[in-house]
Amino acid sequence: MESTIKTETLDIEGMTCASCASFVEKSLTRTPGVQRAVVNFATEKATVDYLPAQASPATLKEAVVQAGYGVTERAPDTSAADRQAEIDEQKARAYAQLKRRFWVATGLAIVIMPLSMLMLWPAMMQRVNMQWLNYGLLLLTLPVLLYSGREFYTSAWNGFRHRAANMDTLIAVGTGAAFLYSLAATVVPGFFTSRGLMPEVYYDTTATIIALILLGKVLELRAKTQTSAAIKSLLGLQAKTARLVRPGGQEIDVPIEQVQLNDLIVVRPGEKVATDGILEEGHSAVDEAMLTGESLPVEKKIGDPVFGATLNKTGSFRFRVTKVGADTMLSQIVKLVEDAQGSRAPIQRLADKVSAIFVPTVVCIAILTFVLWFDLAPVEARLPLALVNFVAVLIIACPCALGLATPTAIMVSTGKGAEHGVLIRNAEALEKAYQVNTVLLDKTGTITRGEPAVTDFVPAAGQTASELLQIVAAVERQSEHPLAEAVVRYADAQQAQTIPATGFRAVEGRGATATVNGQAVLIGNFRLLDEAGIVLPAAVRQQADALLAQAKTVLYIAVAGQVAGLLGVADTVRDTSAAAIQRLQGMGIEVVMMTGDNPQTAAQVAAQVGITRYFAEVLPQDKAGKVKELQAEGRVVAMVGDGINDAPALAQADIGLAMGGGTDVAMEAAGITLMRSDLQGVVTAIELSRQTIRTIKQNLFFAFIYNTLGIPVAAGLLYPVFGWLLSPMLAAGAMALSSVSVLTNSLRLRSFSPLKN
Amino acid sequence: MDTTEIIVTLTGLALAGFVIWYFFFSARQTASAVSSSSGVREVGITVKGGYSPDVIEVERGKPVQLSFYRDEENSCSEELLMPDFSIRRDLPAFKTTLVELLPQQAGTFPFTCGMGMLRGSLVVK
Ligand SMILES: [Cu+2]
Repeated sequence: MESTIKTETLDIEGMTCASCASFVEKSLTRTPGVQRAVVNFATEKATVDYLPAQASPATLKEAVVQAGYGVTERAPDTSAADRQAEIDEQKARAYAQLKRRFWVATGLAIVIMPLSMLMLWPAMMQRVNMQWLNYGLLLLTLPVLLYSGREFYTSAWNGFRHRAANMDTLIAVGTGAAFLYSLAATVVPGFFTSRGLMPEVYYDTTATIIALILLGKVLELRAKTQTSAAIKSLLGLQAKTARLVRPGGQEIDVPIEQVQLNDLIVVRPGEKVATDGILEEGHSAVDEAMLTGESLPVEKKIGDPVFGATLNKTGSFRFRVTKVGADTMLSQIVKLVEDAQGSRAPIQRLADKVSAIFVPTVVCIAILTFVLWFDLAPVEARLPLALVNFVAVLIIACPCALGLATPTAIMVSTGKGAEHGVLIRNAEALEKAYQVNTVLLDKTGTITRGEPAVTDFVPAAGQTASELLQIVAAVERQSEHPLAEAVVRYADAQQAQTIPATGFRAVEGRGATATVNGQAVLIGNFRLLDEAGIVLPAAVRQQADALLAQAKTVLYIAVAGQVAGLLGVADTVRDTSAAAIQRLQGMGIEVVMMTGDNPQTAAQVAAQVGITRYFAEVLPQDKAGKVKELQAEGRVVAMVGDGINDAPALAQADIGLAMGGGTDVAMEAAGITLMRSDLQGVVTAIELSRQTIRTIKQNLFFAFIYNTLGIPVAAGLLYPVFGWLLSPMLAAGAMALSSVSVLTNSLRLRSFSPLKN
Repeated sequence: MDTTEIIVTLTGLALAGFVIWYFFFSARQTASAVSSSSGVREVGITVKGGYSPDVIEVERGKPVQLSFYRDEENSCSEELLMPDFSIRRDLPAFKTTLVELLPQQAGTFPFTCGMGMLRGSLVVK
């Protein structure tokens, strides 16, 4: 019977709130034959199990419609990945078509060129009828114009009607003028000869320009697809299916769209985690490099969060779904990168202003060039010279390179950042990070791990270390205090044996007691022992004072009424902190630390990681003030923090870096989010921004230099001095090269990899 | 200067003047967002060598839905950029692409094609 149950997924339309979802759900559940119906408001999907004998997709749809909502037909599945796939397919078609048009133009241009050269060869000119040759060239050029170059003309015309001028306008006007002049010279040569002019034709110019511009476009399109490769590969990481555990315990593969909140999902070794959730059963190591840039697998045990698209390495586990669709970490990263790619860098403003007025201005310059050459050149050559220079100005001025300079670099670098766990909010943040000369670190959670760890274990005289640790761990395993967790972690790391403890009792503000191996055990602060009447021997007191002097928290251990040892607990410095700070300093950046700790602790940590300037005893509400203080010194400050109370300081700083899958509030206030809790990310972010802005500056320089130098040369400004004129064909070649070189320069960012010491 | 030169000069200057006037100073098409049955303000924009309408008036603090219909295949218009709203979209040819946004501040916000040549603006009041 059970095998006859069918499952249908419906796309529901018109739901505006969660109660709509439950309304639809009820309506579906009441439909005869429906076993189970779940409606997900977030994904706007209903998953219905039904008996095909009693219900059908049509009756299900009717139930939804009766509830007052609609069902979208299944065909257009508009998940982000599918939409991307459709756009990709269309782009691939456009690329193939462009290549065809390029080859047609090139093939014909190769024939047209030598035929045009015939006229330069006096012996040939005698034998060939010029008139016939011109008609032949015209016939060969027409397909180049009407097939290969059609897009330029339609685009220019559409733009003209909208009072918008684009790069196609320049190419269309330029090649159009050369063609029309040649057409006149072919059809009515008498008009020219009667005025003492050679009826010259420029079919080779027309065809070659179009072929070269198309070559530029082919190369441009190919390079451009690579700039967004990072986003595509992120989207591609998404799991397609999930192995769902039905309430009965039966496992079933379902498409990822059907996964609901609170579903239980199984993940086997080597499989992708389907979506975000909390681990409920089993344990494993998960490769999260795709989200955080962390190359080592992360240990996961019950209660730990797992994220969609990460790769399960070792064990099999089950997790409870907490997020689906657009709410997942991966979707949010994709969204953030997409947003950043759509933003504008302040550095681009000049380029924006220039390109807005560029084309009409160039058209005017070209017209004036024509007029001046016509008026000033010798009468017999004035028309060809005016025409050639007019065309050259239009072709070389094409501003593609200018338009590509900034966005392509931003596209590549934001994608690259995501690959390394550095999420850049927008182009402005990237530019700000470039200017930073001071990095302010909030000690806890950035330099240090932000959680206590056992640093010293001092058994009293006559105690066996391993035995004592077993006893201590037995008590602390029952406690939920953060210090107790640190002790258990330490014991586990030392592979202390697990032994039972009975009669556990937490003593508020003091510590804990329990019975292990029949002996009363006390673990806690000095007061716990003091109140129990246990006296501290002088030797132990000395050891405790030494730990306290290092700003550590001391835990006292008493077994059977005797002091048995000490534990020193402190927030420890991350392994990578010192190296990362050194790198920042090596980049010419001053690193300043701020902490709520007392000056001794602060000094100690600062010395450990090589920081010379620090602020101690900073209250949370004063953090933003410290940023201001540094800014008042004329510094450009990057603030690195991880907590909610860092948000004002992150916002106050010139650029805020929120660390370690930081809280949403901190991420909101930060320009850059570091997915990994590691100062290395700060180095990566600043290095990436420096390389990106350097690339943008090079791009803008090339683009501007090329247009500002190219236009006067094309206009013939150097002719009176050197006799230099720019052939329109050379202009077309240079123009194609310029945008390609800008793109290639931006794509060099793809080889960026963060320097590790 | 012979007559031909005078004619060419005058024609050239007139053409240049026309280009400047036509692209920079002539009047633009303006449109306001209209409320649809579902309460969302909608504006339809055709993309063909430019945006028509290319000046769009919307109200501050109210969500608007811009539906861009790209009526051509030319590569110039394949990308839409609204930098003030952090939006970069591919506009597939002969398809409608919806862009939803919530303008929070009054002002004029340009939108352009990927290379900044085709231009329009969103006027938030
Ligand atoms: Cu160009």
